[in-house]
Amino acid sequence: MPVQGRIVVSDLYCKGCELCVAACPQHVLQLSPDRLTAKGYHPAELAGPGCTGCGICAVVCPEAAITVYRQKMPTRKAAEA
Amino acid sequence: MVMEQILPEEIVYQRPESLVEVSTHYCPGCTHGVAHRLIAEVIDEMGIRDRMIGVASVGCSVFAYNYFDFDWVQAPHGRAPAMATGIKRVLPDRFVVTYQGDGDMASIGMAEVVHAAARGENITVFFINNANYGMTGGQMAPTTLPGQRTTSSPGGRDVETAGYPIRAAELLATLEGASYVVRRSLHDPKNIRLAKKAIRTALEVQAQGMGFSMVELLSICPTNWGMTPVDSLHWLEEHMVPYYPLGDYKVAPMVAQIRI
Repeated sequence: MPVQGRIVVSDLYCKGCELCVAACPQHVLQLSPDRLTAKGYHPAELAGPGCTGCGICAVVCPEAAITVYRQKMPTRKAAEA
Repeated sequence: MVMEQILPEEIVYQRPESLVEVSTHYCPGCTHGVAHRLIAEVIDEMGIRDRMIGVASVGCSVFAYNYFDFDWVQAPHGRAPAMATGIKRVLPDRFVVTYQGDGDMASIGMAEVVHAAARGENITVFFINNANYGMTGGQMAPTTLPGQRTTSSPGGRDVETAGYPIRAAELLATLEGASYVVRRSLHDPKNIRLAKKAIRTALEVQAQGMGFSMVELLSICPTNWGMTPVDSLHWLEEHMVPYYPLGDYKVAPMVAQIRI
């Protein structure tokens, strides 16, 4: 199973520029169709499962709006124990 | 029904501490934000936030002092390298950086940056090249490409009357006092990572007192170019990168020894 991740996009910063949507290698990002930020932009969000937590969206984000989380892989020691 | 399994998570990326928690005034997609983020990340990694002094320029980048969480001063148009010279000479233990756009550094401030580099001042210049004057409405800048339409060159830049664009990195690289002069781009994840590495090296150059360092960053201006942010990135890659080749223009031998 591929590594699972998720992102949290801050509505304070996101301006809906779509750079993360275009850059996402898994194509799991979209601009929210039914949500608006205080500034009136449709913020980016995860469209469905498949995020691997690679962090490329955060690398291209001009607003530093994205926090990326990734599932911790169990270490070999923990798996054996 | 799929059972949700709660697994421990780690944070892969979060907003750097050196950025203030406010929304920027930049247009959606503007890569000024990427440049800000990279500089903040490098400052966090090096742990030098309490020793930073930034010099803001005039243009969109003027409000950099609102977005970085360390001390800033604001210089008259184009005079940031001159002001940075004074600050660095009075406070040599601080990291002094200027953050300038092309309308600021490559036109009115060209003399200041050239002489700061010629003197080998131990400062770092971040030069954001987006091929026009962004804040004032997209007029032709010294870096506007031949044939590029702007609000003050509606028929495209005519090199007969307006001359040719200035390649700032190549120009400064000819000066003896400059130690590290490179050009990077912010149009895709790979180049953004390379840009971050260059910013890190430039600050290491200053940390070790090796002289003048300058990082030119090719940037987009979607609003004034009249394109979406994603189209702007493609335009940058197709039109700006061929005219402004990416690469290291001056890496002094002692700078090449720096290992990060």
